Amino acid sequence: MASLISDIEPPTSTTTDLVRRKKRSSVSSAASSSTTAGSVSSESHARWRSEKQQRIYSAKLIQALQQVRLNSSAATTSSPTAQKRGKAVREAADRALAVSARGRTLWSRAILANRIKLKFRKQKRPRTTTKIPSMTTVVNSSNRSRKRRVSVLRLNKKNIPDVNRKVRVLGRLVPGCGKQSVPVILEEATDYIQALEMQVRAMNSLVQLLSSYGSAPPPI
Amino acid sequence: MSGRRSRSRQSSGTSRISEDQINDLIIKLQQLLPELRDSRRSDKVSAARVLQDTCNYIRNLHREVDDLSERLSELLANTDTAQAALIRSLLTQ
Repeated sequence: MASLISDIEPPTSTTTDLVRRKKRSSVSSAASSSTTAGSVSSESHARWRSEKQQRIYSAKLIQALQQVRLNSSAATTSSPTAQKRGKAVREAADRALAVSARGRTLWSRAILANRIKLKFRKQKRPRTTTKIPSMTTVVNSSNRSRKRRVSVLRLNKKNIPDVNRKVRVLGRLVPGCGKQSVPVILEEATDYIQALEMQVRAMNSLVQLLSSYGSAPPPI
Repeated sequence: MSGRRSRSRQSSGTSRISEDQINDLIIKLQQLLPELRDSRRSDKVSAARVLQDTCNYIRNLHREVDDLSERLSELLANTDTAQAALIRSLLTQ
């Protein structure tokens, strides 16, 4: 037992490989049949729904989560609040998802760029108001986009303000699409929804994996 | 897909977005939503309805991801026990 405990101390890269290998060995047999079916259609639908994509995302997610755990344990001696830990996990998951998109979509680029922007804006703020910098930037950009929104509304002959308003709301939900035109928002939303569904599936299976290993009594 | 992208760029250059294009995209969006996947009526579901349901669906997915993140963070907080059980189970197999 003592030897087992001492084996746990060393860095978590070994467990990452172990978990990854375990995932791959269990899923590879199923994935081999599904990837051949998925590679036939080159649509984005098949891309986010394939087992292979989920495996890639799960591996990236586990890597990012291990880093999060190391950072939090090194930085704060006292345990951070559950909310902060959950937020850190959420951000890591979103970043892993954005990386899996391979930079082809607006929302993925926005997620990856947003972290850098926020870091820069928090450091230097030449604005007069001394409120939370990230909040003021959001307000300013929405003011600017409201002026542009009026000009776009008059273009469509249908001009149902209802539909246009809802598209704008949708654009605010999808990261990076606040000021985009209507067809761009709709296209980004279709890809974003499928990516989110895959993220939910991957995190669900990861939670099940971890909870089952935690609760299963080890046969010695 | 790339054809549609280039078409949208040209139309936005001339500042006219065709309605058919938008309706096409909305139909594609409708196929993704679990509630509206099979239209029960013969006529189409209204675009406003599709957009409203899309917003609700995305908000639901965000909430699910937040919940899962919290659960994951709790599970990872007890990772020592999880790692031990993991290694033990992998060794015994």
